[in-house]
Amino acid sequence: MKAFHYTRASSPADAAALAAKTPGAKFIAGGTNLLDLMKLEIETPAHLIDVNKLALDRIEETSDGGLRIGALVRNTDLAADKRVRRDYAVLTRAIVAGASGQLRNKATTAGNLLQRTRCPYFYDPNQPCNKRKPGSGCAAIGGFSRQLAVIGTSKACIATYPGDMAIAMRLLDATVETVKPDGSTRKIAIADFHRLPGDTPHIDNTLQNGELITAVTLPKPLGGKHFYHKVRDRASYAFALVSVAAVVQKDGTGRVAFGGMAHKPWRVEAAEAALPKGAAATARIAFAGATPTHDNAFKLQLAERTLAAVLHEARG
Amino acid sequence: MNNPSDIGVSRRGLLTSGAGFAAVTALPASASNKEPVAPMETPPTLPVQLKVNGKATELTVDTRTTLLDALREHLHLTGTKKGCDHGQCGACTVMVNGRRINSCLSLAVMHDGDSVTTIEGLGTPEDLHPMQAAFVKHDGYQCGYCTPGQICSAVAVLDEIKAGIPSHVAADVAASPAFSEMEIRERMSGNICRCGAYSNIVEAIREAAGRRQA
Repeated sequence: MKAFHYTRASSPADAAALAAKTPGAKFIAGGTNLLDLMKLEIETPAHLIDVNKLALDRIEETSDGGLRIGALVRNTDLAADKRVRRDYAVLTRAIVAGASGQLRNKATTAGNLLQRTRCPYFYDPNQPCNKRKPGSGCAAIGGFSRQLAVIGTSKACIATYPGDMAIAMRLLDATVETVKPDGSTRKIAIADFHRLPGDTPHIDNTLQNGELITAVTLPKPLGGKHFYHKVRDRASYAFALVSVAAVVQKDGTGRVAFGGMAHKPWRVEAAEAALPKGAAATARIAFAGATPTHDNAFKLQLAERTLAAVLHEARG
Repeated sequence: MNNPSDIGVSRRGLLTSGAGFAAVTALPASASNKEPVAPMETPPTLPVQLKVNGKATELTVDTRTTLLDALREHLHLTGTKKGCDHGQCGACTVMVNGRRINSCLSLAVMHDGDSVTTIEGLGTPEDLHPMQAAFVKHDGYQCGYCTPGQICSAVAVLDEIKAGIPSHVAADVAASPAFSEMEIRERMSGNICRCGAYSNIVEAIREAAGRRQA
């Protein structure tokens, strides 16, 4: 691991200001992804700004009937919150489908949104990777791509966003609240938070330099039945090949978002209109224009079948 | 006279400076990274206060020191094991402020003021924790390397079920979780046992849970 300076932040605005003016600075909260990458020297911050002591660890009700989740609320606490389990069960289900108990105790709401890809070529410094080293090429294209993206890819990158929580957040139309280095605040719709790789795959999201996430808000509950079906190579503690987050109402209408398919949580609102017609009709629209590789073309069929299982369960 | 400190450069400092060159040439990995940073002369150190197994202690550590390395290398509490060092195997599981975490994926400096419980704090050879006794009775190990992490994790799992924290195998996440073999297996999935003692580990946890409920 490269040597780094370490500072404990005193307030969210101070943390953002410090991050913007300190060369090579990064925030650290749970650290479960960042420290892993620092040990491999894939991330080499010169300065860590520890935000753990900031009072951003509460879940509060908002005036419009939703929830405001502090950036530092641990995955375990978010999944276990009574209001979340009752009104946003898809979020609890997504969180407990990810990682291990130890990691969920440490991982934070904001940090989870910032989790970097698990593409094996990103993790291997001996391989070219445009996300790790811009301009070096992409070893995944033409390489072992079974786990990688099938839609929204580019000639520079076919990595996936690896997380589960954000798939549910996207389904629920969450909003990411931030503070910028000048002290001003911003609200980013979750749909606009994660990016597609394009020709700049080293940029995962739309945060600006030094901008710090302070909270994630959920609009008022949707009702309906909540599902998070995750298909993976092991029964527990593995990243998704495909995951389906869905809320289905009694009349068969609803929402669906997919994990494991793209560089960001994949939700196509136009496809949701087809949910009453079934999984095939929905998947046809959701994955129109898909660009799978030989290794991962199975994901398209797997996503459709997983959605079919969800819709079957919703009717039952 | 030939002491490296006389010329103001330690071997470690030289190594760090050399390694720092790679950081200068590496391109930023995300939008939040900025211009390359000059290598550091000496790695920064900071004091950190920990309460480990009830005993207050103060250390000065290189900022890179993980909680795991602080426990093993600085405090010589070698019961906690280093397996993968990447949060994948669970051998380094300890409890911090009553919650289990992977001590390899946390920096010691992030735990200033925290209370840490390691396997040494759960019980002693003369006075075993009920979970330790159950692992012995049910032969919940073979080589034993993962065992301290398994036991710390198992103790925390029983607390998590009691606290109503839901798991992936719950039929209804809004309901209180019930103790079952499926729950144990799911909740213990972050602790790998390469010898494959899983069935005996489950038996040990089941017995320890029953003893506590009684």
